[in-house]
Parts: sequence; structure tokens; C-alpha cells
Amino acid sequence: MTRVHVTDLVKDYTIREGLRRSRLRAVDHVSLDLTPGRTVALVGESGSGKSTIAKILTRMESPTSGTVDVRLDDGTPVQGSLYRRQVQMVFQDPYASLNTFHTIEHHVARPLRIHQRTTGAAQTHQRVLEMLERVNLSPAEQIAARRPHELSGGQRQRVAIARALAPGAQVLIADEPVSMLDVSIRLGVLNLLGRLQREDRLAVLYITHDLATARHFSDEIVVLFRGRVVERGPADAVILDPQHDYTKLLAMAAPDPERGPARVAAGAVIDRAAIDNSVCYDHFAGEWQQVGSPARSAATARSAATARRTA
Amino acid sequence: MTHLSTDNGPTVGSAADEKLAPVASSADRPRAGWRAMLPTMTPWLALGLFLVISIALFGTIGPYLVGDPGQIRDIGLTAPSGEFVLGTTQTGQDVFAQLAHATRGSLQIGLLVGLIATALSCFFGIYGAYRGGLTDEAFSLLSNVMLVIPGLPLVIVISGFVPREARGLWTIAVVLAITSWAGSARVLRAQTLSVRSRDYVAAARVAGERSWRVIVVEILPNLLPVIASQFVFAVIAAILGEAGLAFIGLGASNASTLGTMLFFAQNGFALGMGAWWWFAPPGLLIALFGMGLSLINFSIDEIINPKLKNVRAHRKRARKAIRLEREVRRADRRTAGRSEAGAQEVASR
Amino acid sequence: MTSTATLAVGPDATDRDAVLTIRDLTVVYEVEEPVTAVEGASLTLHRGEILGLAGESGCGKTTLAYAVNRLHRPPARIASGDIVFHDRAGHDVDVLALEDADLREFRWSQLSMVFQGAMNALNPVTSIRAQLRDTLRAHRPRMTRAQVEARSVEVLERVGVDPRRLSSYPHELSGGMRQRVMIAMAMLLEPQIMIMDEPTTALDVVVQREILTEIVRLRDELDFAVVFITHDLPLLLEISDRIAVMLRGEIVELDTSQRLLREPRHPYTRKLLGSFPSLHGERGAFIRSGVDETAGPEPTTEVPA
Repeated sequence: MTRVHVTDLVKDYTIREGLRRSRLRAVDHVSLDLTPGRTVALVGESGSGKSTIAKILTRMESPTSGTVDVRLDDGTPVQGSLYRRQVQMVFQDPYASLNTFHTIEHHVARPLRIHQRTTGAAQTHQRVLEMLERVNLSPAEQIAARRPHELSGGQRQRVAIARALAPGAQVLIADEPVSMLDVSIRLGVLNLLGRLQREDRLAVLYITHDLATARHFSDEIVVLFRGRVVERGPADAVILDPQHDYTKLLAMAAPDPERGPARVAAGAVIDRAAIDNSVCYDHFAGEWQQVGSPARSAATARSAATARRTA
Repeated sequence: MTHLSTDNGPTVGSAADEKLAPVASSADRPRAGWRAMLPTMTPWLALGLFLVISIALFGTIGPYLVGDPGQIRDIGLTAPSGEFVLGTTQTGQDVFAQLAHATRGSLQIGLLVGLIATALSCFFGIYGAYRGGLTDEAFSLLSNVMLVIPGLPLVIVISGFVPREARGLWTIAVVLAITSWAGSARVLRAQTLSVRSRDYVAAARVAGERSWRVIVVEILPNLLPVIASQFVFAVIAAILGEAGLAFIGLGASNASTLGTMLFFAQNGFALGMGAWWWFAPPGLLIALFGMGLSLINFSIDEIINPKLKNVRAHRKRARKAIRLEREVRRADRRTAGRSEAGAQEVASR
Repeated sequence: MTSTATLAVGPDATDRDAVLTIRDLTVVYEVEEPVTAVEGASLTLHRGEILGLAGESGCGKTTLAYAVNRLHRPPARIASGDIVFHDRAGHDVDVLALEDADLREFRWSQLSMVFQGAMNALNPVTSIRAQLRDTLRAHRPRMTRAQVEARSVEVLERVGVDPRRLSSYPHELSGGMRQRVMIAMAMLLEPQIMIMDEPTTALDVVVQREILTEIVRLRDELDFAVVFITHDLPLLLEISDRIAVMLRGEIVELDTSQRLLREPRHPYTRKLLGSFPSLHGERGAFIRSGVDETAGPEPTTEVPA
């Protein structure tokens, strides 16, 4: 069981236009915590910085400043090759994240071999079949022999999940795992993630732009706007009682047939250009915070809130 | 074009088993892995393979079967006859025997240059693009410079610079390889950049694969058709380039190639004397071999871009679809009276 | 064959007359083993109505849209069926019988289409003004330059884009703006029907909301019919008058939005509805009231008795 503490993460990109250089701040002092058995949803539009955070957490990019602190249960920091074993990712595009040249077996077996989870070909093969069964791909023997283009989108995504869990990962970064799948298959895959999380006590970061599934599948929601966190809190609180203008805008813009046709006209009430992303509302702490102020982990804020409630 | 999905998704609310989708008919099933790399047999490919293989056989086994190409006789220039299938040169040498040895020489150079040039372009193109940053910039700059420098003059200069005694087969091969790797390197760099940014490469890195394994196991297989195609180009270019060099007298001094044969034919005024049996065969062999290699390259193109496959079949199906549609419409118009009444009925509803 | 049992027309739809009647349309792809992409599709589009066409990948909704436009290319062919357009002036046009000049005239001035990935359908090397002008000139060759400019400005203002953007190039506009320009282009000749194929799929949810508002507003102002194709059922439930659900080439259910939401009849419709979690309802509920836990049979295209 592993925890992740992200503190004051900043990522700048330099954009070169001819001889001019400008700095683009993709992630601006973002803090969040991932704890075993809990799903945190990172919600935001494209360009909000959520994919950048995923890349930093999986060490595909390094942050400009801030820390990503990953620790085992007993407090030992996770570094080096152990990091790759503990932190894994499920990519958005099931059609691009598997190499059509290799069999499914190869895709799941490689992480097993890299991290020495099995010894010998027979044991590896056995483990591959077990993992495929675990993500409800059967008959596993046949699927293992196939190649990605012979599987459907939903099946491929399940393979991607199996691959991510193969090294024995405890932290799963799911970057829009179902947005490219057919609508009727999405819930199945999300339910699978939920089940695996419960069984393995995984810490999951669910990145999405879809508020409905964020609410449905996560315990906590962090709303990102232009690289900054503008609201965080328990899933229901953020969706049903949004405080920040941007969250309100998102909640209103999302299609919701239960609200009735009057919603169609309610679009332009909040002026997007006037949204202030220098403040963030923290439901746990029950207060507004300045972005860039000393970061408080969600856990301490939550315990502070509980203390206040029981006081 | 929409394709019908055969996926039966799980029922709502439960992570039910996702059954294996029924496999499409074997005719449509795409070839897997390595077999996908092999081209489908078409008349063009068959012709290309036939040309290349027969000329290659001629070049490898021929020299053992024919007589001595260098033996000088005093019969002088003679036309093809029973004894000499392709006649003799000015010095009475057997043209057919010379042809066999010359073919071997050309093949050797072609293969050698092809391998060296491909190795160079792979290194500068693929590795540079994978590393990115300064390495990529440096390699890219080098490729561009090598491209800009005119090839043939450079080859002539280098070749002329090396003294005749040292100008062996290997030297010529190296010179030709140095001047021809740059174009391939650019192509491979572009391909690598495209493959490198794909999710499965990122997934491999996130899974913990080491860099060299990522290149060899994930990136390279997707580049193989392009590399094969570039190799074939390099071989063609090498044979032609060598022929050109030899023709102007800067060829390999110790080897006999189709180019040197042409050189001697030129010097012996074969054209003027109408001795077609001396200059036509080597020229023809160069052309046929080049054509065969090009035909093979077309088939490799089909692997790189599967849309090129079965163009004729696609066109046939398109024509069939158009024909069937026209028939349906003609039938509809014949029953025009009926449908008119129907439309009016609809309008009045 | 589409079962007529599920074809219901709500009260609000019958008092408007029909603008397009599709009857028993079948589209086949003549590949090695011919594939029927659309099978026996029948529907009636009423004037000023927003008809949603819902379905997942491979269900045939895009093929249907292309066929109505006669944009389908070989090896696709229309194997049977009628498509009849009922002009505002009163006469009927058999769309499948149109040829050449008549077809060109029909397209875009009577029926226009906003394509999937429309944002990339703009020519990157010509300005917006030039592209609008080309469209106008192609259909109304006798318009003067002043008239063309005036119409372009008018149409951009209609969709909420600053007319000064006429001089811009597509890459200078945001995704949402490009989509609005595409809608403006489709509106240039005041067609009576607009078919939109996943017009907002690639856009952020906030921009999507703005575009949808525009579309509904324009429909209210100009009274054209819209066929809105998407897989996002909640979206359709919000803006459509009626919704047709497609599965494997067939229309399995066609009903008003309210009735579809409250009493879906086909198992596939129920399955689709159950795939969208409720945003504001009970946690764990789906947009149909209550949780649907029926582990029912595989979705078939037969209507339950």
C-alpha cells in the first residue's frame, strides 16, 4: 500500500517562436494526495494541465519545482526502479497504447519480466493468463495469443489495465481511460477499475473531463483550471454544492437530462473570461485558499475538518 | 467507412466477462506480427523476384560455370556464335564469361554499399530521433549537409583523390556509402519521430523498459518495412553509381563490374563498330536488375501503406457498387407512377 | 426491418408537416463479404424539428447521414429505399433520382451538413472570408461582391462570431470558433434541413454548451430541421424533440425525448441510458431513475412483445 503526496507542483514549458522565448506554465502549484483504497478524480478541460500532471507522476517529464513524494506503508520512500514498479499508468487511447506488432502475451509479460515478478517462461505465461482472467478477458489462452488489432477497444483497455498492474503497482494513474471507448462499454471498464482498486487497495488518480463519471467513481474531486486547482473536496460536495465559479460553470455545462430543457438556455450566465483562478475552495478545510499559499495536504485538511466538526 | 462492431459489451452495473469477439473471416483477418511484414504475392512482385533472383544466381554461380573471362585470343571482335554465346571483345575475350564475373562484381558492390549505407542511415536517423535534443539536432544537421553536397561530383572527387592502386572494391564501396546514406537517414528520422510519440512507446518506458530495448523491440519493428525499402534503394543507387564511376574510369581498379565492362566497351569503340553484344548485355542487366529491385520496392510500399494493396480489387468493387445502384434506381424510375402516388400520399399526410 | 411498433410520433411533432421522409433505406458496402451498414431505416423529419440520431460506433448513423446527402462513395451503395424531400414551396423531390446540376442545387441550399471533425474541414491556407465566398459563389453565381460580404457578415453574427474574423485563417481561431464557422457555412443558403454529425464531440464541455445553445437558438429563429448525430445520449435528451436510436444498421427505437427517457422500450435503449451516470441525482444512480441491474440477454434488434 503506497501513498503519494504531490506538493506545490509546477511545470513550465518554454515556447520558442523564432528568436522570442516565452514561458508557458502548464501546472501551477498543484498539490494533491493519493491514498490507498481511494480514487481522486482530476477534472478539467483540455489544456488545464491534467495530462501534464500524469506525465510528471509517471516520470515521463520532470517538474520545474515542487515535490512528488511516494512512500510505502512503513514510510520508506519509493525511488529508482521501485518507482516504476509502484506507479503505473493506463493511457487514454486503447488503439495507440498497444503495439500492433506484438501479442497480448508480450504486452503483459514484459512488465512481469522487467520487474522480476516471475522466473522462467512457464511461470510468466501462467501469470499472464491469471492477469488476463482478472480483468475479465476470457478465454485467456486465446486472447494472449492474439494481437491488439484483433481485439475491440474495451478489450484493449482491459489489457492495458492488466499491463499496468503486472509489475504489482499500488498507484494507478488512469488518464481518461474510457473517453475513447464506446458508450455502453465505459461503465464496465470503470467498474473493473473499481473492483481492482478495492481488491488491491490501490491509490487511483482518475483523470477525466466528464463530471458524471468523476462523481460516480471517485471519492474526491480536484478541479483544475488553467493549471491551478480551483476546488477540491468530496465528490458529492463538489458536484452538488460547487463554490468556485469554474466548477459551477462545468456543472451547468454538463448535459443533464434530468434538469429539463430549461438548462439549454442557461449557458452564458458565467463569463468565462472573468473567472478568477487565484483562489481555490477546499471543501475539506471549509475555506477559500490562495493559490501558491503553503500547501496543506488533503489528509491534514480533512482531519482538521473532522476535528472542527467533533469539537 | 463504418465497420460493424462485433463487441458484446458487459451489462450495466457489473463487470461481466468480456467475451472474445468472433474473429472475422480468414480472408479479412489481417496478418499477424512478422507475417504482416511479408508482401502479398502479386504479378509485379513475382516479376521483380524473378528478375532479381535469376540475375543474382547468374552472378553467384555463373562465374564457376563459364570460361576464363580474361583469356585473350587473336580472333578479335566476333559476333555471337555457337562457341561464344555473346561473342568476343576486341581482344578476343569471352563476353559471356566477362558478363558473369562482372555481374558478381556489381552485386558485391551493391550489397556492400547497401549494407553500409543502411547501417549509417539507421544510426544517424533512428538513434538521433530517439534521443532527441542536441543529439537529434547534430545528426539532423549532418544529414542535411551531406544531402546538400552534390553526390556524383563528391564521389568523383574522392575517387579521383585516391590513387589508382588503392582504389579497390572496398574503397569504392565506402565512398558510395558515405555519399548516399543521408536521404535514408532523413526518412528514418521522420518515421522514428512519428513512432516515438505513440502511446505504446510511452507505455513501454513507463513500464520500465530500458532505452535500447524500447528502440529495438518497440520502435524498430514498425520501421522494418521502411528500412527494407531504403536498403533496396541504396542497392540500386550503388549499382548505378558504381557503373557511372567505372564508366568515367574512376571505378574499382581490381574488380570487374558491369560498369567496368561498359568502360572497356566504350574504350574499344564497341558502339561505333556495331558490337552490340559487348555493351548491350551489361547495360541490359543493370536495367533489369534495377527494375526487379524497384518492383520489389513497390510491394514493400504496400506493406508500409496497406491502402495500396488490392487497388484493382477495390476498383472492381466500386464499379460493381455503382452498377448495382444504378440498376436499383432504374427499376425505381420504371415504377415511377407508383412512387409518385406514394410521394403525394406522404405530402398530404 | 424496422418494427413499426417502436415508431411513435409525439403530439408536438405531428402538427408540423414533414420536410424529409426516409422510407426503408438500405445501404450496403460491396466489399469481399458485403456488409449492410444501414438496414431498412425509416423516419420522418418534421419542419423545425431537432431529431437526434443516437448510437455507438459502427451502428450506421454516419452512413445514413451520408446516404441522405448522396455523399456515400463506392463501395457503398443504396440498395433500396426512398428519400423524399418536401419543399416549403409544396412540391416533393425524390433525392435518389437527382442528378448532377439538380443534385448540386439540392445540396447545401435545401440540405446542408456539418461533418464530423468539421474543425479540420476548413481549408488551412485560405481565409474564412474566401471560404464563405467560394460557397456562396458556387451556388449563387450572380451575387455581387457586396452581397456576398453582407451575407458572410450576417451569417457569422448569427452564430456569434465577430465579423472581423472574416480575415482570419482557420489556425488563428479556437476549436469552438471553427465549429461555429462550419455551422455558419452550412447556414449560408438557408437550407431547410441541417445534418450535424458529432459537431461537438471534440470540444470541451463548456464550449459544447455554447454551441448547442446557438444551434437551438438558430433553429428557433430560422425554423430549419436538424438531424443531430452523436453517441452522447444525455445531450440529445436535452435538446432533441425526438430521438432515433440505431443499433447495427437498424433504427430500434424512435420516440420523443421525454418518452424515451421515461419509458424506453428497446433493451438497447435501456442499456444506453444505463451507461450514463446521473450527475445530480442519487450517487450510484443512472440517468434513468434507479439503478439498472438487469443482467439481460444480449441486445437484439427484436422489439420485446
